[in-house]
Amino acid sequence: MTSPSQISAHPDTKSFDVRSIREDFPILQTKIYGKPLIYFDNAATSQKPRQVIDRLVQYYEHENANIHRGVYYLSERASEAYEGARDSLQKLLNAAGRNEIIFVRGATEGINLVASSWGRANLKAGDEVIVSHMEHHANIVPWQLICEEKGAILKVIPINDKGEMNLEAYKSLLSEKTKFVSVVYVSNSIGTINPVKEVIEAAHAYNIPVLLDGCQAAPHLEIDVQDLDCDFFVFSGHKTFGPTGIGILYGKEKYLDAMPPYQSGGDMIKQVSFWRTTFKELPYKFEAGTPHIEGAIGLATAFEYVTNIGRSNIHAYEQKLLAHATQKIAAVDGLRIIGTAKNKIPVISFVVEGAHPLDIGTLLDFEGVAVRTGNHCTQPLMDCFGVSATCRVSLAFYNTVKEIDEFVIALEKVIKKIKS
Amino acid sequence: MIEMTKKMNNRPISEIQDEIVEEFEFLGEWPDKYEHLMNIGKALPRLPEAAYSEENKVKGCQSNLWMITRTENGNIIFEGDSDALLVKGLVGLLLKVFSNHTPEEILEANLDFLGKIGLQAHLSATRNNGLEAMIKQIKFYALAYKAKMTA
Repeated sequence: MTSPSQISAHPDTKSFDVRSIREDFPILQTKIYGKPLIYFDNAATSQKPRQVIDRLVQYYEHENANIHRGVYYLSERASEAYEGARDSLQKLLNAAGRNEIIFVRGATEGINLVASSWGRANLKAGDEVIVSHMEHHANIVPWQLICEEKGAILKVIPINDKGEMNLEAYKSLLSEKTKFVSVVYVSNSIGTINPVKEVIEAAHAYNIPVLLDGCQAAPHLEIDVQDLDCDFFVFSGHKTFGPTGIGILYGKEKYLDAMPPYQSGGDMIKQVSFWRTTFKELPYKFEAGTPHIEGAIGLATAFEYVTNIGRSNIHAYEQKLLAHATQKIAAVDGLRIIGTAKNKIPVISFVVEGAHPLDIGTLLDFEGVAVRTGNHCTQPLMDCFGVSATCRVSLAFYNTVKEIDEFVIALEKVIKKIKS
Repeated sequence: MIEMTKKMNNRPISEIQDEIVEEFEFLGEWPDKYEHLMNIGKALPRLPEAAYSEENKVKGCQSNLWMITRTENGNIIFEGDSDALLVKGLVGLLLKVFSNHTPEEILEANLDFLGKIGLQAHLSATRNNGLEAMIKQIKFYALAYKAKMTA
């Protein structure tokens, strides 16, 4: 079994070598309509390094068995691998204990779990829950539903025309009525990095727990949950170079302990009889049924891979990409960038006068370029900017300056075609 | 565009569909098919300004899509527009097929031609929904007009 220390991204981890890193990602060699793939849709999902792919194959070839159940060798190996993944992620996220790391299907399930389990037990009529205007629907709808059920009210933090959270307005929303704050760390649509430490500090002055949607943060930023002091943190594995269908819900033990189970069934129970069933402790209380075993292992491998490259290396490189991309894209005739926050990850949403994002995206596909078009599951945010759809470029550490330059040439070509 | 559809008045829907399938078959690769669709869209005339209302919007599409109808000599005339060329092209195709026919002809028409062109395979679920929404709307209008006419 490959242990964390055996994972190495590439021989030289002191400096960042994007060419060498790209060799780790087999899919980047794909040709689209005869042209090299330029994959600029990382906010939707990330590509997977050979190390993650190989680890999954190894699991299927040598370790696969159901976990926590069998007394035989394979089951023990699988259980060790699964629980080893939990331990690894606990360390990499700097959680205080392994009981605080719950494997879920993804961020959406994580948020639903908290809204449902914490919400049902704690919210009453007249209570308030705060979200921001730039949330992904996954961090709006679960709260809308639980608020409706309980007679609680959803309050929304406004944003400015750059796509930055209005901190002062947020602080004035906080009161004794506020029972929960759930905000996105980094916006998937416009790339804004929110001042989450300040958000958390202000909420904690009222003893209000805070959930951070870390889907776009986990691939790009160092995550230290104790340093952030968030009470819950969710992210999805597939956006962080890991498998699809796996994610993490981190929660401070004091909260998770007090929350009732979310889904029930096998593996989360101590004892079952028809008149009384007792539940297991954390973390298993929230892991009903057979989990995505290889997903968890793959996710830990992906996180280890990224850590080996070096978070600060990645961040520095990505900020260079962002600066270059912003400058070149902004120079395109008739183009307006949506979301110009001071602190961003390399995500650029834009609209072009006289050319619908749908048409731009479709024609760009024929040039080998993959971008996202539409509302990016953030309809309220789009409404704020007065647009129904944008084109979105979202980069990862395996994208290059050359790709950005080629993208801009292709973009200008397709805009010309559409407008002619 | 309307003149063209009036001339095709006497041709059955299935014949128009076969012609379209041939048109696209001749084009071969999807990038060329899309360009042809785009050109159909570019040729589509603008609707009267009053038509661009919330009421006339067809929901279920990534872009804005408006559709209006009226009857003429027992036939339903459809007109439509969108702010996305791809969708405009699809509108143009659907108008070619369905506009200026009786409600019965429209309701009886099948939609095999879409699969034959390769549209369903290539358009993503999101864009496909716009297509499906348009077709549903056309069939719905046909049903409504039929009911009105036989009332």
